[in-house]
Amino acid sequence: MTQSDARSKVRAFLEKFIRDQDFEDGDNVFALGLVNSLMAMQLVLFLEKEFGVKFTNQDLNLKNFRSVDAMVELLGARGIFAAA
Amino acid sequence: MSEPNKNDVMTYQKVGVIGAGVMGTGVAQNLAQRGMRAVLVDVSETVLTKARETIFNSLRVAGMFRRDDAPAADPEQTVGMIEFTTDYTRLADVEFVVENVVEKLAIKTEIYPRLDAICPPECIFAANTSAISITKLGGFTKRPDKVLGMHFMNPVPMKSMVEVIRGHHTSEETLVRGKAFLAQLGKEAVVVNDMPGFVSNRVLMLTVNEAVWLVQDQVASAADVDKIFRSCFGHKMGPLETGDLIGLDTILFSLDELYAAYGDPKFRRCPLLQKMVDAGLHGRKSGEGFYKYSV
Ligand SMILES: NC(=O)c1ccc[n+]([C@@H]2O[C@H](COP(=O)([O-])OP(=O)(O)OC[C@H]3O[C@@H](n4cnc5c(N)ncnc54)[C@H](O)[C@@H]3O)[C@@H](O)[C@H]2O)c1
Repeated sequence: MTQSDARSKVRAFLEKFIRDQDFEDGDNVFALGLVNSLMAMQLVLFLEKEFGVKFTNQDLNLKNFRSVDAMVELLGARGIFAAA
Repeated sequence: MSEPNKNDVMTYQKVGVIGAGVMGTGVAQNLAQRGMRAVLVDVSETVLTKARETIFNSLRVAGMFRRDDAPAADPEQTVGMIEFTTDYTRLADVEFVVENVVEKLAIKTEIYPRLDAICPPECIFAANTSAISITKLGGFTKRPDKVLGMHFMNPVPMKSMVEVIRGHHTSEETLVRGKAFLAQLGKEAVVVNDMPGFVSNRVLMLTVNEAVWLVQDQVASAADVDKIFRSCFGHKMGPLETGDLIGLDTILFSLDELYAAYGDPKFRRCPLLQKMVDAGLHGRKSGEGFYKYSV
């Protein structure tokens, strides 16, 4: 798994929910109201299942999920990308 | 025992929660988060296992929305406040009951006499029903003065207002205690009188049903129906997203209860709604309704 694979998977998942609006990888999707707390559980469960990680309670902080960039960074920190 | 004084309302410590579906899991989670013990009763171990998992995940994610960097409550410890059981006799020492079984009068009819026989005499029963008359439910017990309606909003831990319903025989004291119970959950009440559907669902169920007719009649897609409510009326969610959140089966059952109670054809269910429920498209809880939610 490369970082750009992960990025496109995360984007594809978010695009299923965010129908009417474009968003950048750096955009805070929660602050923009594009993702709400109801979707948060699906998002977290999706990331855990898709990337085979289990987030700690410490990881489960909004700042790690606020944008595509932040989620990719979190996944990187959990060591899911193959060393280049 | 002396009559409890209105100013001397007890603090609840152990609460029975009947039904571990969408609402029961939300109520049990909310109780545990507020430091109360809950006995969560449902009919099968399979349902209870799923309920535990749902509550656990929801507690994990709840930590995401904490205000600061303070450590989140430990989900394992919080879920430990809840006893998951199929055994009604575990309710013998609860101080308050919130009933959230499926919205079918025939099923609720069996539950109330059972609770009446097992729970302590001073225990209050709060019916978390969408549409069924509280007076009617109270009539299945020997304590109709201690039965009131508590129509919680979904998702329970996130919603701070509850529609409280005063049945014909509900006492003032029960209302006072009910409000104290809600305050312990961090919630407030709007008290209304009892008629099927109360205020909220006498209007909402018709709205959701009519929105389904619009889709069936091909006036607009589900997404466009919802978009009109969100963008033109400023609603947070459109009627079909709301239906998916509530559960389309629950919408159907509520319409049927309203239809039976009023005998008014305006509550007739839309055939598309029936078809979706038959197909297992129950909304968010089943992974698909008018929209897809599967992970
Ligand atoms: N879904 C909502 O948004 C919402 C909101 C407010 C009130 N309500 C009301 O809350 C109640 C529950 O709705 P829900 O959405 O949680 O439904 P649900 O279908 O998700 O759950 C109902 C649960 O009741 C259980 N059950 C059935 N018979 C039982 C019995 N004899 N003993 C114990 N458990 C039993 C079922 O196994 C199921 O787990 C209904 O009366 C509904 O109208 C629902």
